[in-house]
Amino acid sequence: MLRKNTTPGKLIVVEGIDGSGKSTQIDLLHKWLQTQGRSVYFSEWNSSALVKSTTKLAKKGKLFTPTTFSLLQCTDFADRWENRIFPLLKAGVIVLADRYAFTAFGRDVARGVDREWVRNLYSFALQPDIALYFRVPLDVAVDRITSARAKLKYYEAGMDLDLSESRIESFKLFQERILNEYDLMVNEFNLTVIDGNLSVQAQQRLVREIVKKELEGWKGLPLPESSPYTPIKSGTVHGKGNA
Amino acid sequence: MPKSEYYGAGFPYREVGKLPGKLIVLEGSDGVGRSTQTHLLRKWLEDEGFAVSDTGLRRSEMTQQGIEEARKGHTLSRITMSLFYATDFADRLENQIIPALQAGFIVLSDRYFYSIMARDIVRGADSDWARQLYGFALKPDLVFYLKANVTDLVTRLIHGRGLNYWEAGMDISPSDNLYDSFIDYQSKMITLFDQYAKEYDFITVNAGRPVMDVFSDLQNHIRQFLEDQQPVIEEAF
Repeated sequence: MLRKNTTPGKLIVVEGIDGSGKSTQIDLLHKWLQTQGRSVYFSEWNSSALVKSTTKLAKKGKLFTPTTFSLLQCTDFADRWENRIFPLLKAGVIVLADRYAFTAFGRDVARGVDREWVRNLYSFALQPDIALYFRVPLDVAVDRITSARAKLKYYEAGMDLDLSESRIESFKLFQERILNEYDLMVNEFNLTVIDGNLSVQAQQRLVREIVKKELEGWKGLPLPESSPYTPIKSGTVHGKGNA
Repeated sequence: MPKSEYYGAGFPYREVGKLPGKLIVLEGSDGVGRSTQTHLLRKWLEDEGFAVSDTGLRRSEMTQQGIEEARKGHTLSRITMSLFYATDFADRLENQIIPALQAGFIVLSDRYFYSIMARDIVRGADSDWARQLYGFALKPDLVFYLKANVTDLVTRLIHGRGLNYWEAGMDISPSDNLYDSFIDYQSKMITLFDQYAKEYDFITVNAGRPVMDVFSDLQNHIRQFLEDQQPVIEEAF
């Protein structure tokens, strides 16, 4: 259980295994909300400048254990949470997050850390107003990833788990575990399941309907000027997580 | 040889097994003389023929540089700082301390997670959150709490390395000077250490005495502990 969001802002997150199409959907949602004249901020998983060099060092040297991996990613999240996400929610902004605590609950548990332990770790975070879970069959996601990328990275493929010598095989087994964790989380965290097999456009239609309903009658932080088409400068409210 | 014990779930993904080494922790305020005692203990134990390994905070290969950079910039927010330090601690525990204990070393740890947790809590962290966070921490064999009052600490530091920003808790202080801030911050830390001493069974040693007196107390406790641990079989040789 995460605490309820009682800030004036709205928190919308997308979740799903690699290759589920969630980033495409949140990108489209982001642009649509901007066009609507909303104050929006986008934050991406693992994008804090503060821990970047440490992550890089640990990945390169393969120094991570499941516990340190989990802790460092939570450090990254905490930095974005304390300095961007939470203050902006307080200000009444719509915060969009590409991956949220649920990613950690899926991946870290798939790596073998204790379920309750990792839930406690992220207990400072709030329950999103909307948590979209893009569910796709494992094969579809794996095909999307392996055809789009030259080579899977060591940790991405879950090679640290010694599941298989083959990166693709290891990736599949790793993602399968994550998929199982996500399915358990649907009820626990009230995730809204979106069928990732639908066309991009059909999915986006669903996403917008859900968001529209949530925003009905809600004001939020206005833009500095009244024109809904004023572009928001990056580095202010709008911009990537590591801005 | 006792099986490893943890404050919580430990490391469920790995079999740590039995640890023939001993983990001895020195806890206590900044400036209380922990590192001096660590050096003396190391020398003594090595003279006695034990293999010794020592470790302290922010000495993880993985996080050292990142934490130093963040501290310089004072850009660490509260939860972020707690977690960064927890990462450092976990890395040292899994990659240095446990392997050394598996190899039969006596590991002298200059502070353990109790200090990190106390600092987090003084800065406003939720105490249940912090305790659960360190559920992966291995229970040490001995924890010494070098206890001194704030006046002693100030005296030592002013005549030693001086008062510094973090040890004075300036990052959270409403005060305009290091001295007042130090007194306030370290007093709060001592209150927490006193509380942990009961909760986690620390051996409290009065550190407001000459170095060699403190050392001699530590030696006696450790000698006694190692004797108690000694298997009787050895006498047969």
